Amino acid sequence: MIQTRRTITLGLVAALGAVLLNPVRALAAWNDGAFKARSTMDGMKALGISNPQDSSDIVIRAPEIAENGAVVPIDVTSNIPGTTSISVFIEKNPFPYTGSFEFAAGAVPFVHLRAKVGESTPVRVVVAAGGKFYTAAKDVKVTIGGCGG
Amino acid sequence: MADPMKIRATLQGDVADVRVLMAHPMETGQRKQAGKVVPLHFIQTITATLNGKQVFAADISQAISRNPVFAFKVKGAKAGDKIAITWKDNTGDTRSDETTVRGDS
Repeated sequence: MIQTRRTITLGLVAALGAVLLNPVRALAAWNDGAFKARSTMDGMKALGISNPQDSSDIVIRAPEIAENGAVVPIDVTSNIPGTTSISVFIEKNPFPYTGSFEFAAGAVPFVHLRAKVGESTPVRVVVAAGGKFYTAAKDVKVTIGGCGG
Repeated sequence: MADPMKIRATLQGDVADVRVLMAHPMETGQRKQAGKVVPLHFIQTITATLNGKQVFAADISQAISRNPVFAFKVKGAKAGDKIAITWKDNTGDTRSDETTVRGDS
């Protein structure tokens, strides 16, 4: 009995320690399953994204033709009220899920990133707002891929 | 320890435009050098705070370009506010840097 109680106490102390060491982190742990998914669908599934609705309130700015696939600038702006996160999938990359960006406490739902794009592909964005998911995509053509050596 | 980040935060009205450049190889684990695969080595998480309060967080994959650049915007910031950014990679290496928000120029 005492043994059990001690185990529980230790567990609580460890959990509290983890919280104290990481006081501001809002995202769940780095989602290994989603990042290892080979398709956009599987990646979304691992992230718990279901039935995203097409939305014209998501603005994706990316070059139509990227000369250098190693550095493709992508700007995403969400005009959907209550946007909490933006996730980016580069559909034809070996691992499409490229990242999620979370906004809190006054951050504007906008992000600029630069990604490696292996071949011409749609870039799909999923926005989470008010517990719902919205999506939009933009095609990027690549003349020299960014994943080779 | 990795090289310092370059962070710039400029005020445009009441919105701070934050740009950050991180020094990191972002190896995909697919590239070969002298016939050997260069192992995966990439930043996984990024967090940013304004005066100690979290405003922006990211989980990213190895598909982000080498020496990653990100930009984001924070409403309600004032000149002199502190922006701090931390990243952590898959080997456990981490780096934190901060800057102050500069007013319109």
